[in-house]
Amino acid sequence: MFAYYLQLGLRSLRKNPMLTALMVMAIGFGVAASMTTYAVYRATSRDPIPQKSSVLFNTQIDAFGPENLENGEPPPALSYTDATAILRAHKATHQAIVYPVNVSVIPEDPSHLPMRQTAYANGADMFGMFDMPFIQGRAWTRDDDEKHASVAVITRDLNDKVFNGGQSVGKQLNLDGRLFTIVGVMDNWNPQPLFFDAPNTGGFVDEGATVYIPFTRAIDLQLGTNGNNNCVKEPEQGWDGYLRSECIWLALWTQLDSKSEVDAYRSYLNGYAAEQQRAGRWSWAPNVKVRNVVDWLDVQKVVPKESTISLVVSLGFLAICLVNTVGLLLAKFMRRAQEIGVRRALGASRATIYAQFLIEAGAVGIAGGVLGLILTGLGMLGTSLVFPSDIAHLATLDPTLIFLTLLVSIAATVIAAFYPTWRAAQVQPAWQLKSN
Amino acid sequence: MNLQIKPILSALRRHKAGTILIALQIALTLAIVCNALFIVHQRIERSNRTTGMDESNVIAVQNRYVGKPETFIPLMQTDLAAIRNVPGVESAYITNAFPLRRGGWSTGMQIDPNKTKDSLPSALYFVDDQALKTLGVKLIAGRNFTPSEVVNLPPQSTPAPAQVIITKAIADKLFPKGDALGKTIYYAKNKPSTVIGIIEKLTVPWIEFDHMDNVTLMPVRFDSSYQHFLVRTRPGQQDAVFKAIPTALYKVSRMRVLPEKYGLRTFETVRANAYEADRGMAILMTVVCAVLLAITAAGIVGLSSFWVGQRRKQIGVRRALGARRSDILSYFMTENFLIALGGVIVGTGLALGLSQWMLKYFEMPRVSPTYVGVGIVLLLALGQAAVFAPALRASKVSPVEATRSV
Repeated sequence: MFAYYLQLGLRSLRKNPMLTALMVMAIGFGVAASMTTYAVYRATSRDPIPQKSSVLFNTQIDAFGPENLENGEPPPALSYTDATAILRAHKATHQAIVYPVNVSVIPEDPSHLPMRQTAYANGADMFGMFDMPFIQGRAWTRDDDEKHASVAVITRDLNDKVFNGGQSVGKQLNLDGRLFTIVGVMDNWNPQPLFFDAPNTGGFVDEGATVYIPFTRAIDLQLGTNGNNNCVKEPEQGWDGYLRSECIWLALWTQLDSKSEVDAYRSYLNGYAAEQQRAGRWSWAPNVKVRNVVDWLDVQKVVPKESTISLVVSLGFLAICLVNTVGLLLAKFMRRAQEIGVRRALGASRATIYAQFLIEAGAVGIAGGVLGLILTGLGMLGTSLVFPSDIAHLATLDPTLIFLTLLVSIAATVIAAFYPTWRAAQVQPAWQLKSN
Repeated sequence: MNLQIKPILSALRRHKAGTILIALQIALTLAIVCNALFIVHQRIERSNRTTGMDESNVIAVQNRYVGKPETFIPLMQTDLAAIRNVPGVESAYITNAFPLRRGGWSTGMQIDPNKTKDSLPSALYFVDDQALKTLGVKLIAGRNFTPSEVVNLPPQSTPAPAQVIITKAIADKLFPKGDALGKTIYYAKNKPSTVIGIIEKLTVPWIEFDHMDNVTLMPVRFDSSYQHFLVRTRPGQQDAVFKAIPTALYKVSRMRVLPEKYGLRTFETVRANAYEADRGMAILMTVVCAVLLAITAAGIVGLSSFWVGQRRKQIGVRRALGARRSDILSYFMTENFLIALGGVIVGTGLALGLSQWMLKYFEMPRVSPTYVGVGIVLLLALGQAAVFAPALRASKVSPVEATRSV
C-alpha cells in the first residue's frame, strides 16, 4: 500500500507543479537557514575537551576588590603573586600556570626570514591534563620546570616548516636568539573554543599555538604576556616590580577528579584569600571561583551574540516556512475534496486517508530536504561572508548535519501536514458525492 | 468604492483555517523582519561611525622585531627614518595603537593627584610630532608636540609624560568650564601631565567601549618589540608606497616579522576588518528578510489562488447579478487587506516581544517604532501586491460560470 500511496502522492504533486515547487522551496530555504546557523552555533558552543571537561578547573580569585568588579565576578586571570603561591601550595595533583607569549623562530638558513609564532608559556602538567597528543618525544617534566630548563615542545606544523617533518627531538630551536632544546613534537592541537585562554582570544583562533615553553623559563626571559594585562594599581617599575604587582595576566588550571577534591581546593583558596585579608594586602572578604571547562566558557560568554541571534532568527524563519507549508498543503488537499469523497464512499477508512496524505507530505519533505541540503552546502561556503573567519571555518557539513538536515526537513513537513490531513480525513463522502 | 467589509468578514468565517494561517504568517514575518531590519540598521550605523581621522591615503604597518636587544629604540628610529624616506610618503609615526585596531592601552586619569577612585578612562596613543598630520586630526586649541618633547618609555612602566594632547571629549568632561588648556591631569600617581593641545575628535582602538572619544596622545616611544607604523601617503601614491614599505624595512634589517595577514593594511582594510562581524550580520539579516518576504508573498499567492479557484461559481453568480470586474477585484484586495491587518496587529505584539527578549539576553537596544511602522506598511503592501494577480484572475471569471456545475 505504501508504494501505491507514494505513487498517488507523486502524481498529485506533479499535477500542481507550481504549488509543489513553492512548498519544496519554502521548506528548503527554511531548513537550510536553520541548519547553516545551527552549524555555526554548534561549533561555537561545543565542549572542546569532552573527555575531561568535568575534571578540569580554572581558578579565579578577587585581587581587585569589590568596587572594581562587575556583578561581583572575580577577574578572569591571576596575578603572578597569587598564581605562583597557589601553585607552590600544591593542593591539586595536577596544576599548571599558562599565559600566551609571542616568539619568533630564527631559521638556521640566514636567507630565510624569521617566522612569528603563537606560543604558550606553561607548566609541565598542562600536557597531560589537556591530553595533548604527542607524535615524537614527550612533554618536559616538573623537574625541567624547577630547573627553569630551556626546553620546548613544538607542533607538527612547525616541525614540518623548520625540520621538514623529520625527527627533531634533541635538536635546537632558535627563538628570538635563545636556543631551546626540543623535547617533544605534538600533533597540531587547537581545541575550539580555546578554553584555557578564552579571556585573551575570545575562544576562537584560526591557528593553534605552535610552540610551548616552560613558564619558569619564560619568566626568567622576561617575556610579557601577549594577552590582556589589567592593573588596578600602578605596578612598580621594571620586571620584578611587575611580578610583585597586582596586575592580572595568568591562568591557573587544575585537575580535580572528585567533588571532595574540588571542595578541598575551594576551601584552600578561601583560606588563602582570608590570609591575604588578615595580612592587610586585601581589605575585602574572600571571593574565589573554581569552575570547570563548561561553566568557565559559559561565564566567559564565548558563544558570540551573532551566532545566537542568527540561530534564533533562522528558527523563526523556519517556523514561517512551516506555517506557509501548512497553508499550501491545506489548499492542495482541500482542492481534492471530491477525490477524497469518492475514495471514502468506496470504503477507504480515515486511517488510509491519513496514510495517503502524510506520505504525500513526506515526499514533499524529502524533496525539500534535498534542496535544503544543497542550500546548506552553499550556506557553509557562505559562512565566511557572514561570520569572522576564525568562527566560520569551524562550521562544517559533517554526516551528523546531513542526517539532521534531512530529518528536520521530513519531520517538519509531516508535522505541518497533520492539520491539512486531518481536514482531508473529515471530508464527508455523502456530501461530496451529492454536490456532484 | 464599496468596501464590502461585512460580506467579506462573514465569508472569512467560513474558511477560518486559511485566514488564520495567512494572518499568522504575516504576523511572524513582521516580527522577524522589523527586528532583522533594525539589526541591519544598527550594524550599518555602527560601522559608519567616523574615527575623527582623515582615513584616505593611510597605511598601517604592524611590525615585530626578532631578537632581544637591550633596547628597541634605535631600531624604531632607523625604521621610521627609512619609511619617511620612501618616495610618496608624506608623514609617518610609530605608535602602540590607533582607531579600529581593536587592541591597545587604556588607563584611568584624574585631575585630583590624591584621589584614586572615580577616574575617567582614556585610551593612550604613543605618538610624536608627526602624528597629528598623519592622522589628519584637527587641533582646535593649543599646540602640537615638538620633537624634543618625545620621551622614551621603558618596558613595564607607566606612561605619564610632562605634556599631553587630549580629545575635546575628555576636555569637556574633566574641565566643563572649557579651560582645559594648560591644566594638569594625572595618569599615574604623583606624575602630572600638562594639557598642551586639544584635538577635535579621535576614537579609541576598540569598536565597543563606554567612552569612544576618550583619547590621550602622549609624546612617547614605547620600548617594545611590537610596534605599529602609521603612514600617510601623498594622494595617488598609496599603492606604490604599500609595495615599497616592506622592501624598505627589510633593507634596514631582516630580523623582523611583518605578519602575512595584518602586516600591511590600508586604512580601508583596517576599517573592513574591524567591522567584519557587523557587516556579516547586516548581510545575513538582509538576505533573511528578502527570502522571508518572498516566501510570505508566495504563500499569499498560493492560498489566494486556491480561494479564487474554489469560488469561481460564486464569482460567476455575482457577475451575472451585475457585479463589475472592479467589484470582484476590490473584493479580493479588501479581503487580503483585512487579513493582513489582523496579521500586523498580532505581529506588532510579537515584534515587540522578540525585541524585548533580545534586549534581555543580548543587551540590544529596543526596536525603534519607526521600524515596526515601516514593517507594517511593507507587509500590507506586500499582501496587496501578492493578491493582485489572483484577484485579477478572479475578476476575469465570466458570468457564464454561474450556469456551470462547478
